[in-house]
Amino acid sequence: MGNRQTIKKVLLYIKNYWWLLFFSVFFSAASVICTLYLPILTGYAVDSMADAGRVDFSVLKILLAEMAVMVLLTGISQWIMNVCNNRITYLVVRDIRKDVFHKIQKLPVRYLDSHPVGDIVSRVIADVDQFADGLLMGFTQAFTGILTILGTLFFMIGINVWITLVVVVVTPLSFFVAGFIAKRTHSMFQKQSEVRGEQTGLVDEMVGNQQVVQAYGQEEKVLARFDEINERLKRYSLRATFFSSLTNPATRFVNNLVYAGVGIAGAFFAIQGRLSVGSLSCFLSYANQYTKPFNEISGVITELQNAITCAGRVFALLEEEEEKETAPGDAPEDCTGAVRFAHVCFSYTEDRPLIRDLDLDVRPGQRIAIVGPTGCGKTTIINLMMRFYDVTEGAILIDGRDIREYTREELRGRYGMVLQETWLKDGTVLENILFGREDATREEAVEAAKLSYAHSFIKRLPQGYDTVIQENGENLSQGQRQLLCIARAVLCKPSILILDEATSSIDTRTEIKIQSAFQKLMEGRTSFIVAHRLSTIQNADTILVMRDGKIIEQGDHKTLLSQNGFYAELYQSQFAVE
Amino acid sequence: MGIVMKKLLIYIKDYKKECILGPLFKLLEAGFDLIVPLVTAAIIDHGIAESDSGYIMRYGGVLALLAAVGLLCSATAQYFAAKAAVGFSANLRHALFAHIESLSFSEIDEIGTSTLITRMTSDINQVQAGVNMALRLFLRSPFIVAGSVILAFLMDAQAAIVFVVVVALLMATVFGIMAVSMPLHKKVQGALDRVLGSTRENLTGVRVIRAFHREREEEEEFEQENNFLAYMQQLVGKISALTNPVTYVLINLALVVLLWTGGVRINAGFLSQGKVVAMINYLTQILIELVKFANTIILANKALACASRVESVFEIHSSLGEGLAEQEEKNNFGDEGGRKARGKGFSGTSPSGAGRDVAGEKMRETSGGTASEVLQKTDKDVAGEKSGGQVIFKRAALRYRGASEPSIEGVDFTAEPGQTIGIIGGTGSGKSSLVHLIPRFYDATEGEVLVDGKNVREIPIDVLRKKIGIVMQKPVLFHGTIRENLLWGNEEADEEALKEALILSQSMEFVEKKERGMDTEVAQGGRNLSGGQRQRLSIARALVRRPEILILDDSTSALDYATDARLRQSLKGLSYHPTVFIVSQRTSSLRHADLILALDDGKVVGMGTHGELLETCKLYHEIHYSQFQKEEMKDGK
Repeated sequence: MGNRQTIKKVLLYIKNYWWLLFFSVFFSAASVICTLYLPILTGYAVDSMADAGRVDFSVLKILLAEMAVMVLLTGISQWIMNVCNNRITYLVVRDIRKDVFHKIQKLPVRYLDSHPVGDIVSRVIADVDQFADGLLMGFTQAFTGILTILGTLFFMIGINVWITLVVVVVTPLSFFVAGFIAKRTHSMFQKQSEVRGEQTGLVDEMVGNQQVVQAYGQEEKVLARFDEINERLKRYSLRATFFSSLTNPATRFVNNLVYAGVGIAGAFFAIQGRLSVGSLSCFLSYANQYTKPFNEISGVITELQNAITCAGRVFALLEEEEEKETAPGDAPEDCTGAVRFAHVCFSYTEDRPLIRDLDLDVRPGQRIAIVGPTGCGKTTIINLMMRFYDVTEGAILIDGRDIREYTREELRGRYGMVLQETWLKDGTVLENILFGREDATREEAVEAAKLSYAHSFIKRLPQGYDTVIQENGENLSQGQRQLLCIARAVLCKPSILILDEATSSIDTRTEIKIQSAFQKLMEGRTSFIVAHRLSTIQNADTILVMRDGKIIEQGDHKTLLSQNGFYAELYQSQFAVE
Repeated sequence: MGIVMKKLLIYIKDYKKECILGPLFKLLEAGFDLIVPLVTAAIIDHGIAESDSGYIMRYGGVLALLAAVGLLCSATAQYFAAKAAVGFSANLRHALFAHIESLSFSEIDEIGTSTLITRMTSDINQVQAGVNMALRLFLRSPFIVAGSVILAFLMDAQAAIVFVVVVALLMATVFGIMAVSMPLHKKVQGALDRVLGSTRENLTGVRVIRAFHREREEEEEFEQENNFLAYMQQLVGKISALTNPVTYVLINLALVVLLWTGGVRINAGFLSQGKVVAMINYLTQILIELVKFANTIILANKALACASRVESVFEIHSSLGEGLAEQEEKNNFGDEGGRKARGKGFSGTSPSGAGRDVAGEKMRETSGGTASEVLQKTDKDVAGEKSGGQVIFKRAALRYRGASEPSIEGVDFTAEPGQTIGIIGGTGSGKSSLVHLIPRFYDATEGEVLVDGKNVREIPIDVLRKKIGIVMQKPVLFHGTIRENLLWGNEEADEEALKEALILSQSMEFVEKKERGMDTEVAQGGRNLSGGQRQRLSIARALVRRPEILILDDSTSALDYATDARLRQSLKGLSYHPTVFIVSQRTSSLRHADLILALDDGKVVGMGTHGELLETCKLYHEIHYSQFQKEEMKDGK
């Protein structure tokens, strides 16, 4: 994305706070005018004290009182301006973060599966933060700077046009130098940003899985990998930091040349009697005031450059293609639970087909079990049903309607899902169960917990249902977490139930109990059960035996056993005596 | 503030030279800045007064020269400052990462991963910016302020008193604001942490959130965190925003006072008009530098807040700290020289043979002792009587930090080398906790765990862990190729050893099918592999190290029975006979174990072989028949 587009987008965000911006501009103008008026008053004051015994105290008193008022006005204006700028910056940043988060909800699962969590997190946090810093600096200094330049220009022309000309001709050099440096450093900042992202990714991966790292004594090797990235980061950072920090000295150099030029030219005018000494010193101080903002502005430019690079990365995320919602949203409330797979084909990558021509008709209330060796595409079927991924060919129909014609909310509202991975939210046990259906009452949640055999262990937790689950639910065992996930699904009373290896981390004794809960839950509901533990699926109406993305056998437990095929082989193997 | 940074400052040690040269060149530049007004004054006093255009040109030239030299000095200073700051943060990141890696799980559980990541990234970035700024401005600004005050005093002491007063007031203001806003900055960072936490949580739970279409609620929650962050930032902003206006007002009121006293002094004939103008100039210079200084303070403030957060991570120490005795042990075991000597002695005395070499390599890796001991052991090993791998639990108990009940207690058993130990029990019965004591993921809170006759606390942790291959409940693979992942088990494993491990773990069938075989890229977290494939590769990784103790913590749960059975079969046939711990919920996985422990609620309720437990242990009986209905067992047999 080009810088211009990025800036345009930033401006769109700022637009929402035009009134704050208006205040900011107004008060910054007020403070600049007061600031510039102060030297004039000072000049008058100096004039009023010409020599010993010739000091005009009555004039001096009035002048000093005026000055005091000016000073106070400037202070107040500055403060209001600063507060406005803070507000704009932090509110804009808040809006951007909100939009990014919203965007994440809309991105296809495919995108999130293929991008490291750490990388996306670093955009939401570090990049946006850096952007905020740049923006704030830009606001506080850019506008004030420009006003100061214009104001001083005005006063200088009032004193001497020719010397003003000298200043105006030489100063653009400063811009040129700053622009030159900014251009060169942009790519360095970009590199720095990239390497930072890479490093965050590594830290995320390694710190998140510390147990394995330590179990294999890999601390040193991981550290070596970290150091390699760190070394690269150091190189890029040094370049970015050093070259960008040249901006100030370089522009200051130009300013000092301006100062020297004004000094020489002014002195010659003074010799010719066309400029008084007092006016010259006044000129010199204005020339200083004129060039200082150039320093600041070029500093701001580098900072903004960095900010825009970061914003660019954030906006790039915001630009990613969203999941499209093309469904009319008029699906009927009721759902019988009839599911049909019509010649479904699917592959994660174009060159490697996974599911080929899957054709299956499921009547309402049927229990479908899917078994097969790992990696045969069982979970992929679930991904397709949930529309985490879309079929490449063919269609899946629920109640005769293509699932792409349901909105995702309509579609997913029909399912209750329990996955192998037991993700829980940061929050209390109760909140996690209510995740299934937010309008449920506490009683209903407790009921669901009882049904899924979670109640007894929840009761024993320190604060019962109000126990806070730690990040990643580390104060619960894998099995307990799974029970909560089941309770969550139980609560939402779905038409179609999906259990993707749902009981794989629960012991069989508990599982038997849950089975009866599941039986109850499955009554009148279409259920899909992905399992490897065959004991859990013997009651299924239809068992699909999958291999390499295809259904190779189909039938109930008894039929399949009597066929003496792959299923029978799988089944026997669990009793095999080694 | 000094105390906060003190501990972190050791990481700038390598850059002492830069830390001195940077500010030094900055001071030189500042010195030239103080000269400029004097040159200008000379031009006015002499050049103009005497209409000497040659003089004007000469002194104008001096001004230009000063500018050029100033540029050089300042560029040099920037380079040194950047080098020191960047180098410092690189060192700091390295040290922090190394420190985090040394923490045990109790600590990481407590701090939370997302917090550690912010510390590692944005906090250190801020500290880096702060150090860079400090090196450039912290000396320059006070130098110019002091220089201006001194020059003013040289002109007229009485009129200059206001300089001292205003500088004192300014200091008080700046530090006062800093004292107020510093704790608030910490809160802002805390709020930022929570925003980060929400984002991460949302990303990792994306499937569940979407399945329950809770996107909107997640957004609402995020918005709350986000709004709170914005609110805190504005609050701090309001206070920090006072700095500039207040300093401006103070200095200009000082100007008013100066003009008044100046007037009085001129009237009395102690001061000339020109000198008052000069003093005004110096006062302006003080203002400019102080504004810069205040801005630096704001930045430094932020950086210090971040620094103390980084530091707080350093202050957390691993609860598994190795004691003095252990350090001594370590010297005996892991001492480089000793290792070399042992290696030398070995190759010198033994006739080379591939099998022998591998065994020898392993011995050097996994066990300690003197060179002769190693040789003895090696001989034994070759003869097939390996003795390593004994594990004894003596009334061991584990209570997690902050938990009211122990997770396991009174565990008492002996696993002889080469035996297979099964551990079975319900969800949350303490199976994983039990095996986590062996590699010291956690330390037993009561009783002790012995490996090869030694309390695990007395064995250096790297020596202990090298004996053990553990496969976790949740299989974790890392970004990199399959080969790289396997090499974690043993860096020196050759192609054959890797292949063997893949075959043994039943991974070969799917690895072979991959276009690039072992060089297939594994995505972060192994997301491009199925759960079962990840489990098998984790097992392969453990096998690559040919461990003395192999722990499988419910690590075949995602495998189908056929694969599981084949896997168990191949583990039985391992040539090096490790002691195997199998944690499982399936009795079928354990029925051939030499010893099975049945756990219930952290206590061992049954111990014996499959047959014995079926007779004597109600729990085991129950579990078994929940998996195999009685009549089917009859059918099956």
